Amino acid sequence: MNRWSYVLVRVLQVIPTFFVVMVLVFVVARLLPGDPLTAILGERATEDMVVRAKHELGLDKPVPVQFLIFLKDFFQGNLGDSINLKVPVTRLILERMPVTLFLTTYAAVLAALLAIPLAFVAALRKDTWADNLIRGVFQLGLSMPVFYIGLQLLTLLGARLRLFPVGGYGNTFGEHLYYLFLPALTLGFNLAAILMRNLRASILEVLQAEYVDFARAKGLRPGLILGKHVLRNALISTVTLFGLNVGGLIGGAVITETVFAIPGVGRLMVDSIFGRDYPVIQGLTLTFALLVSLVFILTDILHAQLDPRVEAA
Amino acid sequence: MAASAVSVPKKASRRRFRPSLVTGLVIIGIFVLMALFPKLIAPYSPTTFDYQAILQGPTAKHLFGTDNFGRDVFSRVVWGAQLDMQIALFTTLFPFLFGTLVGSLTGYYGRWADALFGRIVDIVVTFPFLVLVIAIVAVLGPGLKNMYIAVSAVGWITYGRLVRAEILNQKKAEYALAGRVMGYTPSRIIFRHLLPNAITPAIVYWMTDMALGILLGSSLGYLGLGAQPPTAEWGVLIADGKNFLATAWWISTFPGLAITLAGVGFSLLGDGLADLLRPRG
Repeated sequence: MNRWSYVLVRVLQVIPTFFVVMVLVFVVARLLPGDPLTAILGERATEDMVVRAKHELGLDKPVPVQFLIFLKDFFQGNLGDSINLKVPVTRLILERMPVTLFLTTYAAVLAALLAIPLAFVAALRKDTWADNLIRGVFQLGLSMPVFYIGLQLLTLLGARLRLFPVGGYGNTFGEHLYYLFLPALTLGFNLAAILMRNLRASILEVLQAEYVDFARAKGLRPGLILGKHVLRNALISTVTLFGLNVGGLIGGAVITETVFAIPGVGRLMVDSIFGRDYPVIQGLTLTFALLVSLVFILTDILHAQLDPRVEAA
Repeated sequence: MAASAVSVPKKASRRRFRPSLVTGLVIIGIFVLMALFPKLIAPYSPTTFDYQAILQGPTAKHLFGTDNFGRDVFSRVVWGAQLDMQIALFTTLFPFLFGTLVGSLTGYYGRWADALFGRIVDIVVTFPFLVLVIAIVAVLGPGLKNMYIAVSAVGWITYGRLVRAEILNQKKAEYALAGRVMGYTPSRIIFRHLLPNAITPAIVYWMTDMALGILLGSSLGYLGLGAQPPTAEWGVLIADGKNFLATAWWISTFPGLAITLAGVGFSLLGDGLADLLRPRG
């Protein structure tokens, strides 16, 4: 099987799963307590208004037909209108999504920048004070809620020392990097801890491998051995783990954006729940599911790139 | 000791002192005591306002200081333990039991049940866990009970996967075959013979999961979707103090430390149990 057919197979595998996800979201949206029509029209709607609204929204058609319309609308990028903000949900999500993507990517990059060098230090200095310190700090971080890390960073580095802004997003790329540094650090810390732990274990394992002895015997420079042989092989399982944790990153973004007042989709989700804005919640849930599916496919492809054995399987 | 070049595996490894297990037990034990007897431990009521003592820093009289209503933060943290230990238990108990059951049955029988379980796993992992829980809470309405339902609906999957994988391994062992030859019923083979050998990873994960449950519960409490104010839940306490962080750091900081300590405690307990239950590993 060549590389492209492997990618194709992975994409095809996701389609039935995503179809079921859509069925679920559709069904749950219709089981909601509290008629969404009341939410749209208000409590004092007359019988006549209800009938007309039902017709406009297609709610008077048979359920299977409603589902087909729901599917068609989804693939045409139509997720309905927000009840509270009176704008198309698609537009809201497209407006807010870049902020969240920037934040999560930034967090992932920071997590990798923290995890990879520290994992090397911890593995190469196994059981020394450096190893214990690194592992201890990350273990402590794993036990702290994301919002708590965020609040403490915000108070200390933002409000007290005034090194960073205490909210917002900025306008230029440089400003984004500056404004989102603390939120991305907050969001990335848990991921960094998970990656560091795994990578440290993998490095220790790879260091035992015969090909590393062979590379040493060949007289290769230690830097080259570590960078090319050890890192590449140790990264294989870490990449998969990374993909599995992207969902957690998106979940964490919901909290981080709330703490730091960042106008992304995570905050939109929380606002919509308090505003009972069901079309937005439904649209966001589907979007998140689609996003995570995409990341799963991407990490599988990356995994295959790093480990040629995968394609044969 | 110093002279011996080869380390000899000790026979008495079972009776070895296990620092992580003991430390974990002590930490969680203290929180459980707080949860069971908050009235005996907390010096003040967690909800009574005292306008004579507003926003006071930590002193001998108020160990963790007081909040903007003059409530004693230490007492609120103690009472919070009751709720957060309850959250740790209730967000994980049903997932542990149901996931173990599903994992045992799908692992043993395979076929359509296994295929169905595989599809459910595929679907659930597609959603970010927190987003799924938040979405379910959005449908059911904020509050602790609905949070338990939401977490239970999703959380059992992990236990199911862990137990299923172990049962698949154990099923191939000779003693399982022996059980079948002896004509034991499948349920006897599964629950009396296979499961005791397969449940260790699930129990170890249960400890980690309780820590995750507290993190999740406090996060939802902070967002306003979990326990509702004025309940003393650690996440709610942190949210209460967030506007005073620059001037009265103690209101949010101590409940946060309580969450962190509980998390560390459960992790140590998990590590210790893993060590204890897998002596050969």
